[in-house]
Amino acid sequence: MGVRIGVVVFPGSNCDRDTVYALDLAGAEPVVLWHEQASLEGVAAIILPGGFAYGDYVRAGVIARFSPVMRAVAGFAADGGLVLGICNGFQVLAEAGLIPGALLRNASLRFAGQEVRIAAERADTRFTHRVEAGRPLRMPVAHGEGRFYADDATLDALERDGQVLFRYVDATGASAGPDQPANPNGSLRAIAGVMNAAGNVAGLMPHPERASEAILGSDDGFAIIRSLVDSAAQAANVGPAVAVGSAAGVGVGPR
Amino acid sequence: MTVAERPVEPLHRRLGVTDDELEAIRDRLGGRQPNDLELAMFSVMWSEHCSYKSSKPLLRTLPTEGQGVVAGPGENAGVISIGDGLAVAFKIESHNHPSAVEPYQGAATGVGGILRDIFTMGARPIAVLDALRFGDPADARTRHLVDGVVRGVGGYGNCVGVPTVGGELVFDPSYDRNPLVNVMAIGLMEERSLTLAAAPGPGNLVVLYGSATGRDGIGGASVLASATFTDDDPSKRPSVQVGDPFAEKLLIEASLELIERGLVEGLQDLGAGGITCATSETADRAGTGILVDLDAVPRREPGLAPFEVMISESQERMCAAVLPERWDDVREVCERWGLPVAIIGRVTDDGDIAIVTGGLDAWGAPAPGAQELARIPASALTSDAIVHVRVAAAPTHRRDAPAPGAPAMVSDRLPERGMDPGAVLLGLLGSANLSSRHVVYHQYDSTVGADTVAGPGHGAAVLRVKGTSRALVATTDGNQSVGVLDPWLGAALSVAEATRNVSITGARPLGVTNCLNYGDPTRPEVFWQLSEGVRGLGDACRALGLPVTGGNVSLYNESPAGAIAPTPVIGVVGLLGDVATLVGPAFGHAHDAVLLVGETVPGLAGSAYAALAGGAGEDDPPALDLPREAAVQVFIREAIARGLVASAQDVSGGGLAVALAEGAMWGGLGASVRVAMAHSPAVDLFGESPSRLVVTCRPRYAAALELLARQHGLPVEMLGSVEGDRLVIELTLAGAAGAVEERGAGAADTLEVPVRDLRHAWERGLARALGWEG
Amino acid sequence: MTSFRFAVNVTPKPGILDPAGRAVEGSLEHLGIDGVHDVRIGRRAELTVEATAEGVARAVVDRLAAELLSNPLTEIYAVEPLGATSSAVSAATGER
Repeated sequence: MGVRIGVVVFPGSNCDRDTVYALDLAGAEPVVLWHEQASLEGVAAIILPGGFAYGDYVRAGVIARFSPVMRAVAGFAADGGLVLGICNGFQVLAEAGLIPGALLRNASLRFAGQEVRIAAERADTRFTHRVEAGRPLRMPVAHGEGRFYADDATLDALERDGQVLFRYVDATGASAGPDQPANPNGSLRAIAGVMNAAGNVAGLMPHPERASEAILGSDDGFAIIRSLVDSAAQAANVGPAVAVGSAAGVGVGPR
Repeated sequence: MTVAERPVEPLHRRLGVTDDELEAIRDRLGGRQPNDLELAMFSVMWSEHCSYKSSKPLLRTLPTEGQGVVAGPGENAGVISIGDGLAVAFKIESHNHPSAVEPYQGAATGVGGILRDIFTMGARPIAVLDALRFGDPADARTRHLVDGVVRGVGGYGNCVGVPTVGGELVFDPSYDRNPLVNVMAIGLMEERSLTLAAAPGPGNLVVLYGSATGRDGIGGASVLASATFTDDDPSKRPSVQVGDPFAEKLLIEASLELIERGLVEGLQDLGAGGITCATSETADRAGTGILVDLDAVPRREPGLAPFEVMISESQERMCAAVLPERWDDVREVCERWGLPVAIIGRVTDDGDIAIVTGGLDAWGAPAPGAQELARIPASALTSDAIVHVRVAAAPTHRRDAPAPGAPAMVSDRLPERGMDPGAVLLGLLGSANLSSRHVVYHQYDSTVGADTVAGPGHGAAVLRVKGTSRALVATTDGNQSVGVLDPWLGAALSVAEATRNVSITGARPLGVTNCLNYGDPTRPEVFWQLSEGVRGLGDACRALGLPVTGGNVSLYNESPAGAIAPTPVIGVVGLLGDVATLVGPAFGHAHDAVLLVGETVPGLAGSAYAALAGGAGEDDPPALDLPREAAVQVFIREAIARGLVASAQDVSGGGLAVALAEGAMWGGLGASVRVAMAHSPAVDLFGESPSRLVVTCRPRYAAALELLARQHGLPVEMLGSVEGDRLVIELTLAGAAGAVEERGAGAADTLEVPVRDLRHAWERGLARALGWEG
Repeated sequence: MTSFRFAVNVTPKPGILDPAGRAVEGSLEHLGIDGVHDVRIGRRAELTVEATAEGVARAVVDRLAAELLSNPLTEIYAVEPLGATSSAVSAATGER
């Protein structure tokens, strides 16, 4: 039996089934967590999947943050539990303040549904340890509000503290500035994914779960899913979430 | 001002009901005059959109039987078995007129409506294809419509979580101010989940769930409102329906759960005609009646008149027939998904749709003091609605004269005008109709669902079926530029092209859905176009052995210059037994052999080349040989199944040169080919004669492929090989006909363009045409 | 010339479905708020018009609101005057 990983389903989530499918492929046991439930059913990690939680009306992710399940997820994260937000899940984590920065409307003012390349800044985190740092990974984006924004001081701090997880890159692996075609939404400093200072909560706009099988054109995303599953299994073996506090797990912080 | 003060036409005419139709309504009511509510119900149900009153006799001629058909025309969507207890549900539908008025909401609600048709059958929607047609892309109004429609398709589809995997985007002046927004949806289901749109079992509850009812889409019937409102403020009666994809997503999940758990006896979505349509159609199909408890319908705002409740087109609503003992479970499911739910009536055995106000008693009969507002036989609103026999007449002159000053055969003489065929090829690739659509489809989520093997951009869409080795292959096609010259041929070609696009992946087409877009059928010339179109559709489907499993008719499509070009849009779904055998259109490897299968016949009328270079008045479109078309498709499927094929592309818009260029661009590989000229440079390079394929294969399979083609009675020509980074096409004189002398010897007949330049022209064309650049 | 500052508030027409307003109403329970209803969500634009008189400026804003800022089929708008300043002051504040 694989490690139990929760997939939160808000009304309007639409990548929950894809995420469950990818977790199955990775040998985990997906547990669907409904937005009205306050219990996390003892899962070892949580994914907030993509979609349009509560319709994404008013602002992407803002209504979801007030749901019962998100109060539980916030507690889980505070105790060091592993949480990954994908696309809309990233927006929810940012709105909930569990992760730095904000996801603004794409610079093009249009939805961006296309394949992009991202590269992991570091391969020593609980979300990327199966990924080769710097190698361009192909996977889809599909969002209207994905432009990563933070003020300069925050951006500097994110870079300094090693909290930038992924950047948009071109085919050669060079990071793509906000005006370059390889940056699909105008994200500042080409940031496609970040994590919190403690290294246990991360979010990214692209969809690794849709790039987890060669038949779909790319399986580059599967390394991210498998990194999370491995880390969750490790956390589950170590014991309750309290054992994976900020300093625990695979190296957190610069170098 | 009240109605009585106005010297106006009688109410029925203001509702769009003719005097003859009013007479027919009286007949169906036993000679009695309908009251205003009944008249409103008839006016929506006897509209062209709901009744098919002009097209019904034609549609009856279409073939509907075929291998594996589980549900055909008359249901919300066609359903065909794909083996192992699985089935595919699919249908195409138009939302042209709403999109002309409010493009964003028109397109969005178009997507919502067709998705409901799919999950109403018990299928989970897995893909959307949108076939869009607009007027001149340089026109400001066209650009506004394109932008709104594209945003609307994306805004709804992206949110509801169904990938938009394909479709078309075509520009033609005949669609000026009358865009065509045709949306096809595909769903996957277990055959045992098939749910029909019927209300069986007198005594069963009629349950409405989903969004509350407001004054959406009252449209023409709003004349009735002036009788009920003293304040005639038009802002109180919006006719634009607003879509809520978030509500639709909840509706999908709740409906599929209700079906999965066997909680509903029948299910129908609410579209045009609202509650009137849903109750009368489900009752008529089951041979029952329905007593509607008007006061029980959940409302979004106070003060709705009975007719507004009965014909409102508020979106995201479903109507179910439910056994009384299952009501608690049904309510629990709907409430868990956050959807309002109410019992709005009972199934009866009297065959009537009856509307009461004042409530029902515990046994489902009108409560004491309740008042009956309307009573109409369900069949009178649906299966026994009026049918008009329209007059068809072929136009006396079929062709426009050539433009003043145009050479008689301009399109055949292009090289002599000093134009380089390479420049023509670049012009075609960069044209509004043949260039890459990526600036549009990048606004759609094409990969949600994690099934998309081939999305928009390079031919038919391919979706794997999880848990099996199979894949579904889908496409839409319509040929209006030939259709305007010959409506039979345009329709037959559309079927041929759509099915050919499925066959070249290796998949077997399963069935055809169609959206028939035509002008005003009361004009004999337009009705002739429609009759010819339906005949062409039927002839092609019979020749290819395919059933028509459903579709939709959209009439009265008129631009300021007159009727639109006749546009039957054909949707096809095919089945690929093993997704590992999938073949795409892109050149695969250097040194592969390039072959042309099929015969090049004369005729440039209706081609992309003629649109670019000017047409010749006396020219005809190339002929279609349906048995030949069937043979080409059987051949390519067999060749792919035997593992002989590296890539396959059909020759269509832009002709052989464009087909070769696409294989080169998409594969990132050049090619060097020699084409023995059979007719003229323009016909051989850019002509669009049908039933032709460009096939590439490893060199060692070339002989086997040629032999197989000949065994199927098909001409086949070895053209050359995949090589280098340029596309080189050399026209040789062998076999050239009369045009040779006109040309003189040794003209500039070699086309040589770097693949990089082909791609540059192709990728920038659409953004430039729409003014979306930079 | 004088600078006139206006706000244009655009909201869904009465009777038009407002999915965003409905979503907000649906979330009130999670926030522990009750007694709120009829939520309608729209947009607000603020702009400055240089004109000789308020009536002239108002006409410009009305046209802009009707033709660009709102969709007459689905939305209504209301123009709200925010006051007038001389051009010089406006330029100075603009540079701040």
